[in-house]
Amino acid sequence: MFKIFEAIGRYFILMGKVFSRPEKWSIYWRRTLDEVEALGINSIPLTAIISVFIGAVITLQMSISLESPFIPQYMIGYATKETMILEFSSTVVAIILAGKVGSNIASEIGTMRITEQIDALEIMGINSAAYLILPKIIATMFFFPLLAASSMIIGMAGGYLIAVFTGIMIPDDYIEGLRYCYVPWEIAYSLIKMTVFAYIITSISAFCGYYAKGNSLEVGRASTQAVVASSITIMIFNLILTQILLT
Amino acid sequence: MIKCHNIFKSFDGRTVLDDISVEFETGKTNLIIGRSGSGKTVLLKTLVGLHTPDSGSIHFDDVCYTELSFEERKRIRKDIGMIFQGGALIDSSTVYENVRLPLDLFTNQSAAEKDERVRFCLERVELSHAGHLYPSELSGGMIKRAAIARAIVLNPKYLFCDEPNSGLDPQTSIVIDNLIHDITVEYNITTIINTHDMNSVMEIGEKIVYIHQGKKWWEGNKDEILHADNKELNDFVFASAMAKRAKMSL
Repeated sequence: MFKIFEAIGRYFILMGKVFSRPEKWSIYWRRTLDEVEALGINSIPLTAIISVFIGAVITLQMSISLESPFIPQYMIGYATKETMILEFSSTVVAIILAGKVGSNIASEIGTMRITEQIDALEIMGINSAAYLILPKIIATMFFFPLLAASSMIIGMAGGYLIAVFTGIMIPDDYIEGLRYCYVPWEIAYSLIKMTVFAYIITSISAFCGYYAKGNSLEVGRASTQAVVASSITIMIFNLILTQILLT
Repeated sequence: MIKCHNIFKSFDGRTVLDDISVEFETGKTNLIIGRSGSGKTVLLKTLVGLHTPDSGSIHFDDVCYTELSFEERKRIRKDIGMIFQGGALIDSSTVYENVRLPLDLFTNQSAAEKDERVRFCLERVELSHAGHLYPSELSGGMIKRAAIARAIVLNPKYLFCDEPNSGLDPQTSIVIDNLIHDITVEYNITTIINTHDMNSVMEIGEKIVYIHQGKKWWEGNKDEILHADNKELNDFVFASAMAKRAKMSL
């Protein structure tokens, strides 16, 4: 138990270093753009593939579950839209990104730690925590909501495609379902959640990597810890944010 | 000049540095030697500020480094260059970008001036052809030379080298030793090298400090080391059969 409090304390001390004044904004800006590409743009294919299939599967499942003369067909499109917007494109995509991006960040920074690259930065007088972590946090907090938004669109398109190609429902009904009971706040809620999750994934993974010790085994362990800790924290904050923003 | 007085450092109750006082001279290659686990790397990292001593003081010229705040230390750190055992080049950057990084962060030079300085440093270590390569594409000797170029790019007053020859063949080791020595003399730097390579000791050991079990056991230069009557030092220096035979012939 004491170790958990110690880790939380060290996490906040690290964040204090991360959010201190950068040595030179122009360098940090350039690094942020690099991280947008490495952590954000490179995650588009994975997010898109998973979203299109999940959208299609949800539509298929809903068409089976809601097969009743008393339930209008457009409810299938409505259910797909709600699932994608409220939960899949933010929370589930965030869990997927915790696996992909989180482990990447932890292993990158962990390797830099054990190969003394972080010590080298410190010796040069560079605030290594800010230099390495701040651009990643800014990049993901900016780009992950865009990933969530694209996931919503692609997922709903996946549902539409399955409707067109399998004939399980009339595509126009599906479109009507997507338009039905449209609440813009739900999209805002989802994007806010994703912004918070982006911070959680990046900061926790960077923390696990930054304090890695020893050898490559420890880097692997730090990487696993990053994914586990990020995923659990995402779940906790999902509950808290839903309570605050939707009720 | 770097001076340390009565340095103590322990980890988890185990004393690693035990009352070390030593003076490292400017314009000379100062060597810290000792067996593996003797505490020489901890001493080097304590001198450079990566470890905080439990007690004692470290002076960089007239400035007491151990009494400085984090922000004040940053000013001194800009005068420090360090070459790590594995080079510690940033993997995601090319050699050119690695050498340029300190200039980007700490100077207001124009792009052309930075470019000129980086090219000069790469040329100085004979790596002008390798600026576009990534660390993973370099040989061990090239990594060390790139690390030297990065360490000198800001014209440091103090240069620290942690086992610069580890993993290198004897010929490349001599090239690296001579390069460090030449740079030390050329720019009048206070250089401290941590090594257990006896070739380095005999090539460039202008001042040698022998660390044994966390204590300063002996101090002298490369000429004196051959005639020292210190058992632990002699066991270390003349460990190999060839060195023992050479000692007998002295």
